[in-house]
Amino acid sequence: MSASTFLTLKNISKSYSGTHVLKKVNLSVKAGEIHSLLGENGAGKSTLMNILFGMPVIHETGGYKGGIILDGETVAITSPRDAMNLGIGMVHQEFMLLPGFTITENIKLNREITTENPISKIVGRSLETLDEEAMANDARAALQKLNLTVDESLPIAGLPVGYMQFVEIAREIDKKNVRFLVFDEPTAVLTEGEAKRLLDVMKRLSAEGIGILFITHRLDEVLEVSDTITILRDGEVVHRLAQNEANVELLAELMVGRKIERPTLPRRKTEPTDEDPILTIRDLQVKMPGELVKGINLNVRRGEILGIGGLAGHGKLGIANGVMGLYPATGKVRKDDKPVNLDSSKSALESGMAFVSEDRRGVGLLLTESIEMNIALTAMQIQNKFLRPGFFSALRLEDRKAMRERALRFIEELDIRCTGPTQPVQRLSGGNQQKVCLARAFTLDPDLLWVSEPTRGIDIGAKQLVLDLLVKFNRERGVTVIMTSSELAELRKICDRIAIVYEGRIVGILPSDASDLEFGLLMAGKNTRKEVG
Amino acid sequence: MQEKTAPPTPRLEDRILAVLSRNAVPVFFAVLCLGGIIAARLDINFLVNEVLARLGRNSILVLSLLIPVMAGLGLNFGIVIGAMAGQIALIIITHYRLTGLTGICTAALLAIPFALLFGWLTALVLNKAKGREMVTGMILGFFANGLYQLVFLVLTGTVIPIKDEMLLLSSGIGVRNTVDLINVAGSLDRALDFLWNGLILVNWGPLRLGPWRVPVFTLVLTGLVCAATSFLIRTRLGQQMRAVGQDSRIAEVAGINVDRIRTTAIIISTILASWGQLVFLQNIGTMNTYNSHEQVGMFAIAALLVGGATTRRATIWNALIGVLLFHTLFVVSPLAGQKIFGIPQVGEYFRVFLAYGVIAVALALHAWQSSLRRKTAKQHGEKENSLESRPQD
Repeated sequence: MSASTFLTLKNISKSYSGTHVLKKVNLSVKAGEIHSLLGENGAGKSTLMNILFGMPVIHETGGYKGGIILDGETVAITSPRDAMNLGIGMVHQEFMLLPGFTITENIKLNREITTENPISKIVGRSLETLDEEAMANDARAALQKLNLTVDESLPIAGLPVGYMQFVEIAREIDKKNVRFLVFDEPTAVLTEGEAKRLLDVMKRLSAEGIGILFITHRLDEVLEVSDTITILRDGEVVHRLAQNEANVELLAELMVGRKIERPTLPRRKTEPTDEDPILTIRDLQVKMPGELVKGINLNVRRGEILGIGGLAGHGKLGIANGVMGLYPATGKVRKDDKPVNLDSSKSALESGMAFVSEDRRGVGLLLTESIEMNIALTAMQIQNKFLRPGFFSALRLEDRKAMRERALRFIEELDIRCTGPTQPVQRLSGGNQQKVCLARAFTLDPDLLWVSEPTRGIDIGAKQLVLDLLVKFNRERGVTVIMTSSELAELRKICDRIAIVYEGRIVGILPSDASDLEFGLLMAGKNTRKEVG
Repeated sequence: MQEKTAPPTPRLEDRILAVLSRNAVPVFFAVLCLGGIIAARLDINFLVNEVLARLGRNSILVLSLLIPVMAGLGLNFGIVIGAMAGQIALIIITHYRLTGLTGICTAALLAIPFALLFGWLTALVLNKAKGREMVTGMILGFFANGLYQLVFLVLTGTVIPIKDEMLLLSSGIGVRNTVDLINVAGSLDRALDFLWNGLILVNWGPLRLGPWRVPVFTLVLTGLVCAATSFLIRTRLGQQMRAVGQDSRIAEVAGINVDRIRTTAIIISTILASWGQLVFLQNIGTMNTYNSHEQVGMFAIAALLVGGATTRRATIWNALIGVLLFHTLFVVSPLAGQKIFGIPQVGEYFRVFLAYGVIAVALALHAWQSSLRRKTAKQHGEKENSLESRPQD
């Protein structure tokens, strides 16, 4: 393995159904180099690595543009198998381990060591018997390289997460031809001690001549191990620097930084203050898979727009889902000084809160129902609106006329592009579906509106419209808005304050005109101001 | 990272309880069988003889279900199509008047190309219907039945020339409703008669056992299928199948050709089912041309479920114990019904009720078990999470 081994990604572009996620990205890794790839959620890091590893998701969505060059030759990688044959390994962000298989079986998956038997001589290699002892030996050797002492015959299910991460790595280094390794956010699930061990392993592997691409959010890790650092933002390489040129502050700024055009929002008569909270949250814990909330305290001021930001998987989405009763939650939540029952969505809705879910197509909409029905449904169920008079509320008929009027009014007001109020919502574009969700929430006349990822998956024009709507709703009707979003820029456009969630807790609350640096550091879990909301 | 401390060894009664609840389904049906035997005041010798015959007759059909379960395709209702392949082979050898062991072996060979083709076509459809294999397979079975009827009811005697008029309906078109398999009847069951005719009859004073007739060679064949299945599990192919069965996405990322593995699993299952149907029909002795295959999938699946298998996990023991329990119940329940209610029709009703009832009860019991397991898993998960929580700042 000579130092001249190069892996180069050239002019890589990729779009998912019209949205450009990568724009002409160039990147190269030498043998023995650790190259870090840094960027916010949605910056395109994982997509880039999926292209490199030939993941099915890339080719199911129309492939990519650009070329991959290995040792001076352009190579085609159309499946994980191709990547493996070229000596590229990947430690995936979500574990690619079979829970029912043992550690050995996972490490040797599809690379089993087999011995011949009479039947396989006739039928072929696929009927050769597994050589379990040889497989166990290989697995043990790979684990020992990582200083991991664990019985390799244990099943994956039931292992601590940290072990699983190391088993993934063991699987990659057990491949004898591996020359390049991609680590996709390997430390995200590790404890500090485990993460440190992982970084040591990475250094050792690079010393053995393996080129490493390291994707992470944690800035100090980047500084500790990288030779080169590339920063991606919105699918473009914005900066590339050597390790000795970098420091935490600079990286934070580069990662988040973009010119925020903060339109001057209309002023209110009285600005919201801490004296008049509409909602108080004490020690909220939510068991939302992948978005665990581990104890949050928060005061929401009446009349403000509060942003909740943070990286994916740190629990920001869990807050709204927990308070609205969609996931099991514990803690004390009081709205207008009355307790909210966290077990029931109905109780939350009845207390005057409304929720626009991040899961638009799953939780948010009845896809096969009409626009007017979608707008009216929650109000019908909770507030008995849009129902004709009758004795038993359960048997009252729907008031089509009122529904139609309301739908027409919203279609005009929110500029919902459709053929009419009876069109099923599944045929609307993402942006228009989102407007229907908002219309439904507005119909409830809430005084507190939770909105999660309101602009996810919709085009830029519609994004602006949705944000404008929220501001308008807030200013004209005095509705308090709590907006959760992965896009810090859009939070900073319309929010009064922004709370940043890190590992299930709020690490700090900043005014939206705070500096890029401060936001960048908070996202990485470092609070520079010492008050926590 | 610290090693986990081993959990304390549970008490004996806890362990027995755990074993019972893990095998709740077979235990439930065993109790039901016992109750039936007592209620019907059944002659044990009669029961043993019946169950032995049925064990030979049905086991291979049930075993043919195991491999698709392993590869994550669920219970293969498509074995009906395999059964058709077996019957096609039987009609052909009856037409050419092949007899005895030669006849049945020829049929087994003839069934292979048919089963291969049918299995491949089935897999083609099932690979397009990932996640809905069971209902797709069931409907495919109905569809294939239509094609089967078209061929043997309309095309035979017209497009397909048949010399042997004994096989045809009196109109000269279409195969008879019943095909007498006298030429090959029992040819497998008695293939080893020159060594031992399989008759057990013991008369030791008060102890009277028998007469039982053991279908010797059929049981040997069943043993061979068991051995082949457990051999397959230990091969590279078997490992790939298990991987695909657990998570096809991860298997694909590991470089396994998922669709090809699934196709292989279905083809193996279809071939085994065609042989299973041969074994079944040579034991019965006559073939109901248009009905014999229809119930095959339902009964085999019912038996497997009674044995404690699930749609995601099935072992050889599930299959064998399932056949034993299901067919004991099949023999016992009409007699018990008759004894209790005194009307013969009630007994017959019991039999039909049983086949479908068994599937429903077994599936419900499994659903209940797995929801229990999920609950306990959740509690464990909570504990682990609280251990996992890290120091902040």
